[in-house]
Parts: sequence; structure tokens; C-alpha cells
Amino acid sequence: MPDSLSRDEVAHLADLARIDLTDAELDHLAPQLSVILDSVASIRGVAGDDVPPTSHALPLTNVFRDDVVRPSLTPAEALSGAPDVDQQRFSVPRILGDEQ
Amino acid sequence: MSADLPEVLTRSAADLADDLASGATTSVELTRASLDRIAAVDGAVHAFLHVDAEGALAQAAAADERRAAGQPASALDGVPIAVKDVLATRGLPTTCGSKILEGWVPPYDATVVAKLREAGLPILGKTNMDEFAMGSSTEHSAYGPTHNPWDLTRIPGGSGGGSAAAVAAFEAPLALGTDTGGSIRQPGAVTGTVGTKPTYGGVSRYGLVAMANSLDQVGPVTRTVLDAALLHELIGGHDPLDSTSIAQPLPGIVDAARQGATGDMSGVRIGVITELGGDGWQAGVQDRFRESLDLLVKAGADVVEVSCPSFVHALATYYLVMPAEASSNLAKFDAMRYGLRVLPEGVASPSAEEVMKATRAAGFGDEVKRRIMIGTYALSSGYYDAYYGQAQKVRTLISRDFAAAFESVDVLVSPTAPTTAFPIGEKVDDPLAMYLNDLATIPANLAGVPGISVPSGLASEDGLPAGFQILAPALADDRCYRVGAALESLLVEQWGGPLLAQAPALPSEGASA
Repeated sequence: MPDSLSRDEVAHLADLARIDLTDAELDHLAPQLSVILDSVASIRGVAGDDVPPTSHALPLTNVFRDDVVRPSLTPAEALSGAPDVDQQRFSVPRILGDEQ
Repeated sequence: MSADLPEVLTRSAADLADDLASGATTSVELTRASLDRIAAVDGAVHAFLHVDAEGALAQAAAADERRAAGQPASALDGVPIAVKDVLATRGLPTTCGSKILEGWVPPYDATVVAKLREAGLPILGKTNMDEFAMGSSTEHSAYGPTHNPWDLTRIPGGSGGGSAAAVAAFEAPLALGTDTGGSIRQPGAVTGTVGTKPTYGGVSRYGLVAMANSLDQVGPVTRTVLDAALLHELIGGHDPLDSTSIAQPLPGIVDAARQGATGDMSGVRIGVITELGGDGWQAGVQDRFRESLDLLVKAGADVVEVSCPSFVHALATYYLVMPAEASSNLAKFDAMRYGLRVLPEGVASPSAEEVMKATRAAGFGDEVKRRIMIGTYALSSGYYDAYYGQAQKVRTLISRDFAAAFESVDVLVSPTAPTTAFPIGEKVDDPLAMYLNDLATIPANLAGVPGISVPSGLASEDGLPAGFQILAPALADDRCYRVGAALESLLVEQWGGPLLAQAPALPSEGASA
């Protein structure tokens, strides 16, 4: 298990996270991420198999509301921050590759 | 500082509410005084990203009409407030300190903002913050840092440095903040102000742009403990729009603050957390902490030392849990439905994915990129169990430490932050050094318990404010207010006035009131 990240691994993470990184950013961020990772790795082995995980401080379950109609955003409000709008819809760049 | 300021600016929100109720002042007068102060000093402080003078004055006029008709909407009707820019405000820009949301105007209000409007508090504007609340200095704002009113070359803490500085610089009597790992309490400590992180689920998160859902809480940023209790009571309570909201009434926090202010601590059991102090903690911060403790003992409190051994792992746990949640939350900034859209250069017909990558590259700052990538790594297959899974288990151990400690004491205490405010620029490119500022505040977020920071005095080395943190069991926020108000009243008596009266005068531009 690596506690440091190579430049290539950081580039792969950036790709997974959908962030373009320049070469300069990779040079800058990769060593910083390794330092952070090395530090947080200190918790490995701290808790044994018998310790249950906590995802939320207060364990609430089955939170429901009544199934009643309530006001929501109008189409104009929902689209008010959109970078591009077409016929009352969000207009987005192509989502398929050239070959499709 | 106070000497050359109009008294109306330095009064507490509780006193201003009384003035409004008696007719001694009007909301328009208060709101105008705050706006004038902002115009005069915010060029130097930069607490605000957006000021809504027109809207605030209109809300103030409406508040005055309600008061004149004998129908105030709440006790704080007409008292102006500043709101951290991570909370959605209908019709007002909400950027979260990020370029990716530059100019975004939400079509809805956060529940806490809706409550402010219903209660009649004029909203002065939106306060600066580290981008998406990621930082401890407000230097990670895409719109430039906020400066500490005590020393403009130093940081005001973070991520809510704007809200804390606005209150400390007398630009607003009240502000809202949010606290994921200390972003209300640590800025409170380094600016000499009061800040509370409520019990997780005690205040609605609806409309709070999430960094880490399981840790984020909205809370009050004020100059007095009673003001914090009044604002906390106003914004708290169950919200059906937040499925993590607690469906039971808040404890009597305002009553607790009033009771505490009598200074009687008899029968209160206070535990000093062994792990939050010692080597690496600034001597002046520890001195003020110990003196505060002595005052509480003289007032009748029983003080014991309590060990919480898992707290030494809190920082590492937090820096896995938080980035993991943040990396998922910030996936929504994808350039499709709102916010920035940047087309990659030199690509004829870019795909949605290429646009997404170019936009996130241009729209996010370094700290956000770092946390998204750490979170992506911690959640990726093959590493999940070793990092995120392990962090969730250690979170259980930290909660168990709290539970064990609260069997023998009513509250736990520590200095709020290890140091006073550091110079702007000193830690901005050293993530680990920056993260250490939240050492004492993070355990409360991981366990969901409430905490308050109250000014404890000035550190002798640098003359800058230090904070005293009080933590209580979940749902026992009232204990934070009782002990906090007692300490405040004992210290103010010793100082001969509030700590902020000792802050230096700020350079003023333009026509001030």
C-alpha cells in the first residue's frame, strides 16, 4: 500500500475527479498530496475489526415526510443559473463520443 | 477602538433589541450605521464579498413599521446581520468564495436565511470565506483574504474569517457561520469573538452548500455569549427539509446564558482534555486558558483532568472523512446546470466531460483540488478499507471517548486553537501546517457534540486574542452557554470591559458615521 503518490497517480486521480491539471500543477500538488497522505496513514491499525464504523454522529433512520404536494422552483427559477438554455431546458455539450 | 466609534456599533445585539423595543433607536438607524462602518473599514478588512445596502435598508424600514405597529416579528426584529457566503440567499449572490460560483444568485433561501427573514433581521451582505469552507485562514478565498481587525497583516481564522472579522470590526452586531472542523470556533478565538457550533442536527443544513454533510453545522458568530444564544435559538429547531435535522426541541439555551452570567458555577464539573494542550501549544494561549480555568474554579466549579486517548487520531480521521465527503459533494459542480462553464482551448467540439474538466480546472483553487483528490483516493477501490473505512471506525472511538468523559464531567474544555492569529501568507502553501489549527475543534464535529469558543484574553507574546473552548454532550448545548456566559462575565469584570474594547482603531476611509 503506497503512502505516497507518484506524479502519474496524481494525474490519474485528477482524471477520475474530472479536473484538468497542468504540468506545473502536477509538479506542485503531487508532493503535497504525498505529505498529506503520509500523515493521515497514521490511523491505519488504530481501530480493530470489532469497532463498528460511524458514518453519522446521530444515527437517524427512516426519515420520511408526508407525501403531499408542496411548491417547488418554477422552470425559469430552475434555469436561472444555467450556463446555456434551450427551449426551457439545460443545454449541455455533446455527451457522446464522435464515433457514436 | 470603542472610544472613537458610535456607541450604537459597539452595543450587543441583546441591548440593540432592547433599544428597538423601547423606541430608543430604529432599525434603519442601526442598519445605516453598520453600512457606513462597512463603507469606512471594509476596504482594509475585506470581511464582505457582497453588500446589499438597498435590501438591508428596505428590510430595516419594514422592521421599523412592525415595531411601530406593536407587532415585532421576533425579539431580534430589526437587528442587522451578516451571512457567510456558503448559505444560499435568494436574490443575493452566493459564491462560497469560489470562482466556480461567481455571480450565481440562488433561486431559494437556506432554511436559516428564511428564518432570519421571517424574524425581521436585515441582511447586510455575504461574508468572505475559504473556498467551499476549506481552510483555517480565509486565504483560500478566490476573492482575496480577509484581514484580522486586531492586526491587518494577520489571518482572521477560517473558514469563516469574514463573519468573525465583520463582528470583531463592528461592521455587524451578528453573523452566521458554518463549522465543519472549527470554522466558527477557531475564527472566534483569533478575533476575540464568540462562536458556537451547535449539536449536529440542531440547526438545519438545508441551503448550506455542503462540504462534508456529516460534519457541517450552521451556528452563531457574535460578540457576546447571550447574543450567540439568542441567534442560536432563532435559527435552531427541526426542519423537514433536512433529513438529518433532530426532531426534538432545543434545550433552553437563552435561559442558560442568562443563568451563567450570574457567575455561579457551583456543582458544575469541568474536564480538561489532557490531549489538547502541552508541547506545540503557544505559551500565551495556554496561560490565558489556565487563568480562565482558575476563575471558574473560584466561581465554584470542580475541575478534573480527563484523557481522551483517541483524540490524537482526530486530525487524520477528519482529513479522510471530510475530503471523502467533499469529493462527492463537489462533483455537482460540473458546468451543466449552474455556475461556471469553461470550454477547453483548441478543441473544436468539446464533449461534456472535456468541458467539465476544463471548468473544474479553472473554477477550483489549489486547496479544493487537493481535497477532492485526497477524497477520491480514499474512496477508490483497493484503498477504501485502509483509509475511509478505518477513519469511520476511529470516529467511533472518538465518540466513545466523549461518552466516557461525559460520565464523570458536565463539560470538557481546552484552548480553542493552538496559537493566536498567524501572518497572512505564512501557511498558505503548507497544507499540514494549516490543518493543525483545527486540532482542538475537530473532535466535536466528528462526534456531533456542541462547542462554543469564548475570548480568554490576549496572549502576552503578541497581544493577540486567544479562545477558551467548551464542549458538551449532544443536545446539551445549554451547558456550553451556561459555562461560557459565566466565564465571559468573570473575565469582563476583570478586564473592566469587553476584550474587543482593547482592539486597535482601524484605518477608516470615506465618510464614516
